[in-house]
Amino acid sequence: MQQCYKQRSVRLNMPNNFLKDRRRFILNSVMAAPAIAMFGLGDVYAKSETPQDSKPRDDYQPLFFGKEEWLFINSACDTLIPHDDNGPGALETQVPVFIDRQLFGDFGHAATWYMKGPFQPDAAPDRGYQLSLTPQQVYRLGIRETNDWCVANYQKSFQELSDEEKKFILEGLEERRITSTLVPLDTFFSFLLQNTKEGYFADPVHGGNKNMQSWVMIGYPGARASYLEWVEKHNVHYPLTPTSLNGKTV
Amino acid sequence: MPKIINKKVDIVLVGLGWVNSVMGMELAETGLTMLALERGEDRNTVPDFAFPKMADELSYAVRLKLMQNLSSGTVTVRRNEQETALPYRTMGAFLPGTGVGGSGVHWGAYTFRPLPVEMRLRSYVVEKFGVEIIPEDMTIQDYPISYEEIEPFLTRFEQIVGVSGIAGNVKGEKVAGGNPFEGYRSAPLPLPPLKKTYNVSLFESAVKSMGYNPYPTPAGIASGSYTNLYGMQLGPCNFCGFCDHYGCLNYSKASPQTCVMDALKHKENFSYKTNCEVTRVNLDNTGTKATGVTYIDPQGKEVEQPADLVILGAFPFTNVRLLLLSGIGKPYNPKKNEGQVGRNLAYQSTGAVSITFLDKKFNTFIGAGSNSVGIDDFSISQIDFLKEGFIGGGIIKTSQSGNGPIKGTSVPAGTPKWGSAWKKAIIENYGHGTSVQVHASNMSYRSNYLDLDPTYKDIYGDPLLRMNFNWHDNDMKMLYFMRKKAEEIAKKMGPSSVQSSFKKVGEQFDVRPYQTTHVVGGAIMGDSKKNSVVNKYSQSWDVPNLFIVGASSFPQNMQYNPTGLVGALTLYSAKGIREIYLKSRGPMVHGEE
Repeated sequence: MQQCYKQRSVRLNMPNNFLKDRRRFILNSVMAAPAIAMFGLGDVYAKSETPQDSKPRDDYQPLFFGKEEWLFINSACDTLIPHDDNGPGALETQVPVFIDRQLFGDFGHAATWYMKGPFQPDAAPDRGYQLSLTPQQVYRLGIRETNDWCVANYQKSFQELSDEEKKFILEGLEERRITSTLVPLDTFFSFLLQNTKEGYFADPVHGGNKNMQSWVMIGYPGARASYLEWVEKHNVHYPLTPTSLNGKTV
Repeated sequence: MPKIINKKVDIVLVGLGWVNSVMGMELAETGLTMLALERGEDRNTVPDFAFPKMADELSYAVRLKLMQNLSSGTVTVRRNEQETALPYRTMGAFLPGTGVGGSGVHWGAYTFRPLPVEMRLRSYVVEKFGVEIIPEDMTIQDYPISYEEIEPFLTRFEQIVGVSGIAGNVKGEKVAGGNPFEGYRSAPLPLPPLKKTYNVSLFESAVKSMGYNPYPTPAGIASGSYTNLYGMQLGPCNFCGFCDHYGCLNYSKASPQTCVMDALKHKENFSYKTNCEVTRVNLDNTGTKATGVTYIDPQGKEVEQPADLVILGAFPFTNVRLLLLSGIGKPYNPKKNEGQVGRNLAYQSTGAVSITFLDKKFNTFIGAGSNSVGIDDFSISQIDFLKEGFIGGGIIKTSQSGNGPIKGTSVPAGTPKWGSAWKKAIIENYGHGTSVQVHASNMSYRSNYLDLDPTYKDIYGDPLLRMNFNWHDNDMKMLYFMRKKAEEIAKKMGPSSVQSSFKKVGEQFDVRPYQTTHVVGGAIMGDSKKNSVVNKYSQSWDVPNLFIVGASSFPQNMQYNPTGLVGALTLYSAKGIREIYLKSRGPMVHGEE
């Protein structure tokens, strides 16, 4: 933890143009890369042993995220809900697609939140959300600031780091060891974690939970919505597989 | 911009949820023209709540699609005079609904009636335990209506809703399986109790073995086919599991849509407009007579709607804010303890013991809002306040309303929040959890009140309502007492892990976690202009052709969910309007000046 603070102070002392140049460099290298790497999936999947048929489509055109942001989100979701022996991960269930669509829509714009000032962003947490930033802005700034921190401390973007380093950084956001003056990174992390879980478990109609894989994993029957004959069958396993809002079954 | 002036109607109804849909039906026979103005959208079972659209956890239970859109206006909250009130920017502690049906669409449909002592709480405390046990800053008072007076109206509302359950006390006769501590009922409940999910049965066996008296909580969810007093037909609930936060896809959960609206729409003297937000109650130059209301129409134009009678039947926040914005009555001043409007804001004291049984499958996706069994052994009428050192009480229950995986995947304390370990814990725990819940009273205090915020405004430039609210030691001591009882029950059920979540003495109100939407008071009823905003008919003391109906009239919050009493007070008000007010058009009660 101590080391982490030291690294942070190094980053603060760095000339601004270093960070700008570094960002431009990352962006340029992404632009020049082939499509598969551009959307971050080739790189991520090189390391995991996801079955071929559960790979996410690599032709998705993000609605909200820029190219560098898309790489970050894919990598962060993969760290938060990895593919492992217990079941599918966030990537094969297309959680990043879900998050992108949520941010592009009402949620991203804080369309149902009261967003008039004056704002007291430093209010105690139990006063509720008091930032002037929409989720779109929190993500945009949060990704940029986190990536800047990675570049300053590791000379690499987030998605280029090892699994252990990525975990260390996400924990740093969550535990407020990595901070920013532009956006509370713990808030960014809490949005990211909440939206990742939402995308993992929500109906596939919203873009994530591809093929209802998370529902199969835990035994949730989805949109069946009719259980009268099951109410009094106590402690009995419900045998039917899930259905989704669009009528598909597994 | 010139104001549009509509043709006068006899009665204008503000808000179209439970209160004003029932009010509309009950006043229809007068033949008077009625117009309801609802600020949200129109909603009908089909297409708005139809399957499969409703079976979408993300849209309804997480993004809260049926709730009020806070972007146009909200409340501000402060816990004490030293704090600056800040806006409730995103939904958390409470979830006021909007649109036709209001919060009566997304509720869990618990349809309780108050205990007789709750209607005369202050007198009960004074007579039984002495006035000295009431803390100096506690402002509880009696309703101006006795249990005996309101009882027929509670029964009638239960028959409109089609309540399922067991009446524990029918005309003084105790009925096995019902709540032995409840007030007498003049009629049994309309429908037998719902079937019980596994967790509910386990709770029932555990509390029985401990000598308590479990009963199925009265549910506004049809256990069978039912045709109500208005000719509306309900079908048996299929436990779809999309209940709390959702509209009913099955015509089973009581709501204005399932129980009232289609009958009301057939009344030729009733009409309604949606997306029309009332901004003022208009008064004549004496300030003692309402001339109608002003609202903003869907095109953003200001419209004046003249009327002879104005009935506010919105959520308590809106009822009280309209009084303050319109300059009706004297705003409450907590320092001087003067004025009535905004006084006695109260909420609900809640907590839960989460329990996990790794060896039991609860199929937690199965459920209905008030699929629940509870005990009243620690209710307000059963606790010795002098001995325990607090005033209050509550119900201890378990329920299963149906949970999707986004909201329903709790894991044991100490589990990592993400990564492989989290996923493993989700798989192990999903469907194995339930809880023992406490739903308890909340007293009123001098420092808990509503007024207008000095800083924050809504989209029309009007001040937001400010909620001055904090927890008080009395209610937190009560919760601690209830917590110990709930934990004993939870352990008796034999779980593999137990985790309590209760507020503690000294804890401040936290706007983030959902607690309940049972915000009450601010325009309370009493027997005098000196202690209330409305009389027992929900008629304004200051403006006799204005009625302010709903939970805004509760002097403090009872231990139960409020809707049963809200419905009964609406029916009582409607009868008073029909039989007394319309004959003399003046104050219906002459309280002391």
